[in-house]
Amino acid sequence: MIVSVKDTAKLLGISVIACCAVMVCTLFLNFYWDIRLIEGLLSSPQEIIYYNAQVSTAKIVCLLCGGCLSLTSVVMLLFDIKHYIDTHKKELGILKALGMPAMKAALHFWVFGTGIFLGTAVGFGGAFLLMPTFYRLQNKDALLPPVTIGFHPSLLFFLVILPTAAYAALAVLYTFFKLHTPVMGLLKDNWQQESYPSRSRGRNTSRHVSYCAPAQKAHVPSRRPDTFLDTLRKNTLRTRKALVFFILFGSFCYASMTQMSASMRELSSVMMGIMMLVIGLVLAFTTLFLAISTVVKGNRQTIAMMRTFGYSQAECCQALLGCYRPVSCLGFALGTLYQYELLRIMVDLVFRDFESMPVYTFDFPVMFLSLGSFIAVYELMMYRYSRRIGKISVKEIMLE
Amino acid sequence: MIQIENIKKSYGSQDNRFQVLKGISTQIADGDFVVILGASGSGKSSFLNIISGLEHPDSGSVLYDGQDITTLPDKDLTAFRRKTTAFLFQQYYLLPHMTVEQNVRMGADLAGNPKYRKILEAVGLWGKLHKYPAQLSGGEQQRCALARALAKKPRVLFLDEPTGALDEQTGRQVLDYIAQLQHTCHFTMVCVTHNANIAQMAGTVIQMNSGELSDTYTNKTRKTAYEIGW
Repeated sequence: MIVSVKDTAKLLGISVIACCAVMVCTLFLNFYWDIRLIEGLLSSPQEIIYYNAQVSTAKIVCLLCGGCLSLTSVVMLLFDIKHYIDTHKKELGILKALGMPAMKAALHFWVFGTGIFLGTAVGFGGAFLLMPTFYRLQNKDALLPPVTIGFHPSLLFFLVILPTAAYAALAVLYTFFKLHTPVMGLLKDNWQQESYPSRSRGRNTSRHVSYCAPAQKAHVPSRRPDTFLDTLRKNTLRTRKALVFFILFGSFCYASMTQMSASMRELSSVMMGIMMLVIGLVLAFTTLFLAISTVVKGNRQTIAMMRTFGYSQAECCQALLGCYRPVSCLGFALGTLYQYELLRIMVDLVFRDFESMPVYTFDFPVMFLSLGSFIAVYELMMYRYSRRIGKISVKEIMLE
Repeated sequence: MIQIENIKKSYGSQDNRFQVLKGISTQIADGDFVVILGASGSGKSSFLNIISGLEHPDSGSVLYDGQDITTLPDKDLTAFRRKTTAFLFQQYYLLPHMTVEQNVRMGADLAGNPKYRKILEAVGLWGKLHKYPAQLSGGEQQRCALARALAKKPRVLFLDEPTGALDEQTGRQVLDYIAQLQHTCHFTMVCVTHNANIAQMAGTVIQMNSGELSDTYTNKTRKTAYEIGW
């Protein structure tokens, strides 16, 4: 077997995202389907207004939360498969060289769907555990007739079985596409079919040129390149674009969910706030840890050589991790803006029929609190990984 | 002068402990080309890692002009490597996403050496400044790694089986470059190899066997890379 279920243990990030998405969607969709059963029992205008507000909230939350998180888990799944192929490309290259068709190898990657299954199943089950409290809080003032919890098998199909099958199929297709490279492309590191190697353009100098002697007849390019650390910084960002997205997303989640949960205290139930906060923190930490540990793991050889040559731990961290700081700031700013606009729109939509429509304004103290805690958390993570960088030695690279 | 005194090193846990260096003492003169010769498993690479400050010994000392590097904290040891040493490994360890020039700048920037391009010309890579390691042959990659090490203007260059991954012709060419550059610029060079022929190019030869020095001798005449057997 090319990919074992054990390999999918690394899909924790996807599982967590899938779990959060399905938990939120199950809670609101189940509530939406159950609340529709009492539509005929509504009599007073106040009941109808409150009913409409609940239905609108359920639709918006499912659409936004489900949509965003599904998109993120797709990106994360593709990233994990690419990472797996990159780290196992020699083995895959040998199998291809021995005659295994790309599709046959790709079919083994269906197991990547198990990460999704685990996440969605836990999310679905977890939602049913929370459901009695959720239903009670959604109707705590008894403005509506009692809503009974019902089990809808179609929800199980659409939120657990279908995503698992879809992601497994996506994993197979993406792997098939990625394995459609020449065998040498898999067997040799950074093999480039078109440009490898153009020896005729190389200028061989005499064996007896001294490196202390001045360069003669040498065409010196006019532009001096960036310093090594500048180049490394740019390369780190350029070669790992998916990680830029994940760090942006992690910071975005932290900013939006922490601020939204605090700002919503007067607009919604405490449970909603806590749920958002927990989901936001879990998503942010999972994504940030996954992204930063991938940066460190992916640059182990670079770090080992830099440390061997005498670059300090601080220089390594600054070049490899420091370049993501502006990205996280941007993510935080976007998250702040997003939660403000979303809450403003939700207040307009959900409470438009209410007589006393609440006024929503930007909460600066909450924003500063969120920013302060984000800086503290982010820098703590950087500190943890800088210590890990300090422990990487050339010996462990040589032993691989 | 590098003074090495009673170096001991073991690996593994208590039940499965294996002593790779059993109290090695020797010295290396400034500007000398020293070859450490030994079979696989004789402890030569561990010895090189310890005298270059990459690893700490269990006991013993390594003195560079009287300063013991085995007692230095990590920060000072990094500063020592930055100022004093450079390395050339069998597997090159070039950074794959960087061009030849960018790889060499890794060493040059540490020494503030703006004339690193002369080194690239000297090792015959002038026409390949903007190539990536994957676009170079094995010999070219090793010469790029050599340029990276030399651009750092090291006082001591450590080489771990520098020709181990190269064919005979390319191996001779690389060794010839290294020997000539060492002769011209007078840095100290310590090379670990299992190839006894390479020892004929050295000034001093240290032979190791099962974690101990079995012999140390000096060559009256040093052969070139094209005069030795392979």
